[in-house]
Amino acid sequence: MKTVEDLKRLREQLQADNRIRHAAGTQIIVGMGTCGIAAGAREVLAAILDEIARLKIQDVNVTQTGCIGMCEQEVLVDVVKTDQPRISYGKVTADFVPTLISEHVINGRIVEERVIGKITK
Amino acid sequence: MHEISLHILDLVENSTGAGANKVTVTLEEDSHHDELRLCITDNGRGMDAGLVAKVTDPFVTSRTTRKVGLGLPLMDMTTQLCGGYLRIDSAVGQGTKVEASWKMSHLDRPPLGNLVATVKAILVTNPELHFQYDHRVDDRSFTLDSGEIRAALGDLPLTQPDVLDWLDQYLKENLSILYGGKAK
Repeated sequence: MKTVEDLKRLREQLQADNRIRHAAGTQIIVGMGTCGIAAGAREVLAAILDEIARLKIQDVNVTQTGCIGMCEQEVLVDVVKTDQPRISYGKVTADFVPTLISEHVINGRIVEERVIGKITK
Repeated sequence: MHEISLHILDLVENSTGAGANKVTVTLEEDSHHDELRLCITDNGRGMDAGLVAKVTDPFVTSRTTRKVGLGLPLMDMTTQLCGGYLRIDSAVGQGTKVEASWKMSHLDRPPLGNLVATVKAILVTNPELHFQYDHRVDDRSFTLDSGEIRAALGDLPLTQPDVLDWLDQYLKENLSILYGGKAK
């Protein structure tokens, strides 16, 4: 049975092992407006979190955004790696998430055929 | 939107979109009265009486990116189909309270769906939000307070892999106990 006390012990353990990373190398943004949720954003986010836990990825920050007016392209997932343009993927499904994480987030290879937009700062 | 847990996620996103930094979700499964009740309160900017009166109309929305809002109208429709109601209590500067009720045994009542995924999504994507989740199934209850989790985490992010594992198991175990399962 997991308790909040376990979480405190987990933090102490990670601190003792010096395993806490604070600088996020990659930001992942999931479209979570009504349109995104109706299109499956929660399942996409759950798949992203499962992959982070499974592959023990330490330096990812996951956030959400509301409707940005491209409802027909939901679920929208943006990936921003440090010093790289913001890449938007459209019609993302939970099935595509493992590819997205291993290719783009871990190996830095943009999955071009699923990209619907690039924003360069 | 075929799960009540998806409506919960959608409504919490509405609350944070309205500037709320505190949201409380109360879910009550009352088999004695054959009623499922959901109440979401926030401290967001609230709505004036005119907007409250119109907010279940699908052609009303506060968003500016498109002119149709579907979250509340869809929920209003399912509650009415299932012998329940949707009430919205709000005032400018006073936050918003959304109360919904369904007849629990009604054939058309949407399932609660994946509450673990909904609570995880709310917690992970809104790290600054003070979120309280209060779930009662008859005489059993489970309360999660994001403030308590944050205090235990300190500066450790919720997306740290071991923390995600903890959160997943913590939610699954507590919901399982709520439905009569045994603690491990």
